Amino acid sequence: MKKTLSTTALAAIVALGAGSAALAEIRIGASISATGPAAFLGDPEAKTLELLVEELNAAGGIDGENLRLVMYDDGGDPNRARTFATRLIEDDEVVAIIGGTTTGTTMSILAVAEDAEVPFISLAGAIEIIDPVRPYTFKTPHTDRMACQKIFEDIQARGFTRVGMISGTDGFGASMQAQCKQVIGDYGIELVADETYNPTDADMTAQLTKIRNTAGIEAIVNPGFGQGPSIVTRNYKQLAIDLPFYQSHGVASDGFIELAGADAAEGIRLPGTALLVANLLAEDDPQKPVVDAYKTAYESHTNSSVGTFGGYAHDAFLILTEALGRADATDPASIRDEIEATEGLAGTTGIYTFTPEDHLGLDLSAFRMLEIRDGAWTLVD
Amino acid sequence: MRISPKTATLLVLAVLVALSPFFFPSNFYYRIGSLMFVNAIAVIGIVILTGYAGQISLGHAGFAGIGAYACALAPVHLGLHPGIAVFLGAAISGVLAWMVGRPILRLKGYYLGVATLGFGILVSMILTNERDLTRGPDGIDVPDLGLRALVNGLGLNLSNGQFWYFFSGICMILGAWIALNLFNSPAGRALRALHGSEVAARTVGVDVARMKLQAFVISAVYASISGSLLALQNRFVSPDIAGFMHSIEMVTMAVLGGVGSVLGAVIGAGILTLLPQVLTIFAEYEQLVLGLVMMLVMIFLREGLLPSILKRFRGRDE
Repeated sequence: MKKTLSTTALAAIVALGAGSAALAEIRIGASISATGPAAFLGDPEAKTLELLVEELNAAGGIDGENLRLVMYDDGGDPNRARTFATRLIEDDEVVAIIGGTTTGTTMSILAVAEDAEVPFISLAGAIEIIDPVRPYTFKTPHTDRMACQKIFEDIQARGFTRVGMISGTDGFGASMQAQCKQVIGDYGIELVADETYNPTDADMTAQLTKIRNTAGIEAIVNPGFGQGPSIVTRNYKQLAIDLPFYQSHGVASDGFIELAGADAAEGIRLPGTALLVANLLAEDDPQKPVVDAYKTAYESHTNSSVGTFGGYAHDAFLILTEALGRADATDPASIRDEIEATEGLAGTTGIYTFTPEDHLGLDLSAFRMLEIRDGAWTLVD
Repeated sequence: MRISPKTATLLVLAVLVALSPFFFPSNFYYRIGSLMFVNAIAVIGIVILTGYAGQISLGHAGFAGIGAYACALAPVHLGLHPGIAVFLGAAISGVLAWMVGRPILRLKGYYLGVATLGFGILVSMILTNERDLTRGPDGIDVPDLGLRALVNGLGLNLSNGQFWYFFSGICMILGAWIALNLFNSPAGRALRALHGSEVAARTVGVDVARMKLQAFVISAVYASISGSLLALQNRFVSPDIAGFMHSIEMVTMAVLGGVGSVLGAVIGAGILTLLPQVLTIFAEYEQLVLGLVMMLVMIFLREGLLPSILKRFRGRDE
């Protein structure tokens, strides 16, 4: 059996004009924001996809056929993402697309993929991607709304009713802030303070002081990703605020604890995935094997610790390759049907079951409430 | 009969738009082509501002953003047809350019560059932060222009990519035609005169401030229409369109192709649209190669690609 190493470089050369030689291989495409403002999401996603393709081909591919990944870096720009999606479909003739690191790039790719009727699995959070359900579009990350629900569930269980929010104005923070406000009433919780910061701000003590001084406040939630939440966390410690503090799944990686400092991050709770607490999972946990395998492979391959975002790419790849194994791998419509037929598939993020009405396939149980203790993740029961 | 440079330029552009599709290896190239033409429209605007009038703007993406968001927001909030929204966006851009330019263009020097820099960043911040109006950093859908259905109703059968290729191409030729007419008009001669020397232009009776303002407003309208066409083609727009890098890109395209020449603008836009696609092979080195190309052009072809090459050919004839 002939084995080829699938790299972006190789793929791009083929794409540039060598043309569509009829090789016995399955071609899938990806447009990822490996550079630009969303690079901390896109970079682990790109590395994950490369790693998984290599692993899969080394293990014999899909039904004996090699998988070739054509991957482009859209830099987080929706206009470029649309161009690359067009290129993947028209020029590279891929049978399915993974990608769309951000909501903006996803919405661009989505339009092209739906037009051309090519299955597309997004790695972005917003609920608009799968609501309303579009026939060819799926996604692997939880929605922001689910993160809000998980946090408010925990706040409610601890008996608090008055909450303050400090949100980033980036796409992630702004979207989660809006979703949280929509569902907060369902939990009998009142939003008593609502502050924002710009993602590049270097100090948030003013907003935090205002929130702390709000009468009767009982807990604080910080929707945001990137460096913002780390600064909020450090300011929180500097101001010696002792209210329960919730971060979002946007910072669910070891990098956050390093950036904020284990001391400042002590006691913070956030909704995360099984991936962060791989060593704490019960032996019979259905996610344990897949989480362990991915964690080991990623960490030995890249010398950096796994994060939730790479996990989204892992799950998208898993769902797609499982579907390719069952489907006629040359027919996008058949692949789409098989993706939709995914049932009880354990990924790193949760256990996926798609239906014609649900193209996310996760429920709240996929989130685990985590707490940072002594610079490490622990499970809150 | 001798063909004037204006007719020659328009002929070259028309032939380019009409014949290129015969060489396309796949339908993907229609997308690249239409992006080239849309960029070229904005760059022709830069040629009028920088090449004719000698002024520099570092915030033209702001106008592109206004044009693009007009097409997204006017249909939703005002119930206007997106086609009419293009003109609304152009009008808003023109008025804003007039307001920004009027006090500043009375001054000599590069004040316009600084002011437009601030203006561009301001537009980008408003588009990002006014979430209730613009839907924020995640971007917003743009309604269908409806023109493709109309054209296909006449018996043609164009795919989305093909339609936008030809439509953008026609818009670009129109834009070039207007710019070339301006070049040969009294206003154009006045602009070129003040580019050469403001003092000399003033002594022969050119209202320098007014002419500069006119050029700025016209170029803002070009950028706005380019933004509208991009938004309508993508059916989606996000605040990235008004980003600082987009402004720089426009100026770079103009400088690369030859800032005084309409055809050069199209070539510059073409190269810098195509290059990132070719450079996906080099992935991480893309920025490096782009920078290198710019440096080489600036060192060896100082007037931009087209004018320098033409000059070299003519030099040989003599």
